[in-house]
Amino acid sequence: MNNAKAGPPVVRVFGFEASLRALVLSAALLGALVVLPQLLLGRPFELRLLTIIFLYAAMGQAWNILGGYAGQTSIGHGLFFGLGAYTSTLAGLMLGLNPWLGSLLAIAVSAVAGVLIGLPCFRLKSHYFVIATLVVAESVFLIFSQWLFVGGAVGLEIPIRPSGWLDFQFHRNKIPYYYIALMLLAIVTLFVIWMERSKIGHVLKAIRDDEDAARSLGFSPLRYKLIAMAISAGVLGFCGTFYAQYVLLVDPPSVLAGSISVIIALVAIFGGIGTVAGPIIGSVVLISLSEYSRIYFSGSGRNIDLLIYGALIMIIAAYCPGGVISLFERLLRRNRGPSEAPPSAGPTPQQTPDVKTI
Amino acid sequence: MTVELLIQLLVSGLGMGFIFALIAIGLALIYGVVGVVNFAHGEFLMMSMYATYFAFALGGLDPLVTLPLVAVAMFGFGIAVYYLLMRRVLGAPMHAQIFATFGLMVFMQAAAQFFFGADYFSIDRSLLSGVVRIGGVTLPMPQIAAAVGALVCTLGLYAFVFRTGPGRALRAVSQDRVAALTMGIDADRMNALAWGLAAACVGVAGSLLSNFYYVFPRVGAVFVLVAYVTVALGGFGSISGALLAGVIIGVLQVLSGFFLTSTLKFVPVYLLYLAVVLFRPKGLLGRQ
Repeated sequence: MNNAKAGPPVVRVFGFEASLRALVLSAALLGALVVLPQLLLGRPFELRLLTIIFLYAAMGQAWNILGGYAGQTSIGHGLFFGLGAYTSTLAGLMLGLNPWLGSLLAIAVSAVAGVLIGLPCFRLKSHYFVIATLVVAESVFLIFSQWLFVGGAVGLEIPIRPSGWLDFQFHRNKIPYYYIALMLLAIVTLFVIWMERSKIGHVLKAIRDDEDAARSLGFSPLRYKLIAMAISAGVLGFCGTFYAQYVLLVDPPSVLAGSISVIIALVAIFGGIGTVAGPIIGSVVLISLSEYSRIYFSGSGRNIDLLIYGALIMIIAAYCPGGVISLFERLLRRNRGPSEAPPSAGPTPQQTPDVKTI
Repeated sequence: MTVELLIQLLVSGLGMGFIFALIAIGLALIYGVVGVVNFAHGEFLMMSMYATYFAFALGGLDPLVTLPLVAVAMFGFGIAVYYLLMRRVLGAPMHAQIFATFGLMVFMQAAAQFFFGADYFSIDRSLLSGVVRIGGVTLPMPQIAAAVGALVCTLGLYAFVFRTGPGRALRAVSQDRVAALTMGIDADRMNALAWGLAAACVGVAGSLLSNFYYVFPRVGAVFVLVAYVTVALGGFGSISGALLAGVIIGVLQVLSGFFLTSTLKFVPVYLLYLAVVLFRPKGLLGRQ
């Protein structure tokens, strides 16, 4: 999927051909992933791992809409995940609402929360914005830990329903969760691919690269950032509902903790910020790393995964700020030889490493 | 609510405020000179608190004795972080700069948990124990010492930056890097100096804090968010602003801890950050 798109878009005809190849490749990949659970019947660990990978890849895609394409780095996105989890759970507990309807409510609540936070905060630049997202998410975490209406520090248990697709709960066989997460990832990825080529995507990238220039062309940066925020937060709201239905318990440390926000952003940045394949690569590498390290060093409570994450973040930031995908591209470019290298191979790529990646 | 209680709250808030200010000044210094926000600043604090604790628990050294050693060691650590990590991302896009210090934060926090576990440690019988009673107001000695120490250190740094040659060079780089370069100032060394001084300040704050505050892997997170608020409120790069803002925030969190609950005591402080950056982006005393 990423191979075919790694080259620079040459001519329209070639572009069409390349996308055809990408289509065949991704259909094959999707087919393999659909069949895969049948091979994992007696292996709950791998099934869970893949489910969580899809979930975080989808969350990374959603983060990327705001953080990668619109250039608004948020380290508080776990907030929308948590809000989604709490919304559908509370709706189920208090109104007896079906979790699917609850997930729609969760999307709405998270998107509205995103807009309400974005409205004042998008006036802030760079570090001020980052710290604002941190501070808002941390405040909500503290308030939810204390607020008895949402269960306080103890959290809430999801009302148990009969197992089945209509009820969004599967008790013995967890394969349906895998398919829901896979579908979620596929839909979000397709949306991002479409968005990239649409007007919204171009305007968002223009805002990221030069906000004043975008404004002078008549596009309101605030409006487009709010659109990106609403989509991004809405997707995370659904992810929250999914996670709540999957683990059947929500409490502040498991859905609102700051570490979730870090992983969401990290998945996209590690793979390649502002690219479609980035969050998927990032999620595969990082989530496998954390789940396997949890097994091999289990029971110690010593956070080996975070230790490795921290080191990886520093290495990526210092040595290839374009993420893993930019490493692939560098290799590809070297193999093709300098004559075919895109014109941006001069001294400039350090300034905007993610513009040419698609 | 009696007058004594109110005075008690205000005085202890004032004391915490000086510590917040000392932590925030390092952050402001790095931001002013190097132009990056150090997201690992709280972990610098955590590290010096652990150093002070273990010097006490294993070596029997009192925090007052360890303090200068920790300050010197942290000065070296700050310089090392600059040369090994931050120098590589100086010209990089902003998300790379953010994530360089952010990665350091995650790494140091996880390393602390890896080596020392998630337990809370505290120093219980140091030279500075006991309380002082003035009228109806009771003040614990460690807090008084911490407040005085933080204030002295803050004023010392102020004197260094505004009264000495290297301090003048630091200010020159923070005001106009290119002009400073043409004057023959080595901006690279000034960057390293800023990181070293900031880490040393936070080292002093850590030693003072560990006299009366628990040490645990996430202790830095508690203080660093408050330090961001302090820096923003004081105006980025302003030392006297950070001192004033630290005092305001110290009093605010003590009062809100008293009137709300102690878990929520920082929420009003965080809201204050939003209010400041939205309505007075230059802070109280920032350069307009």
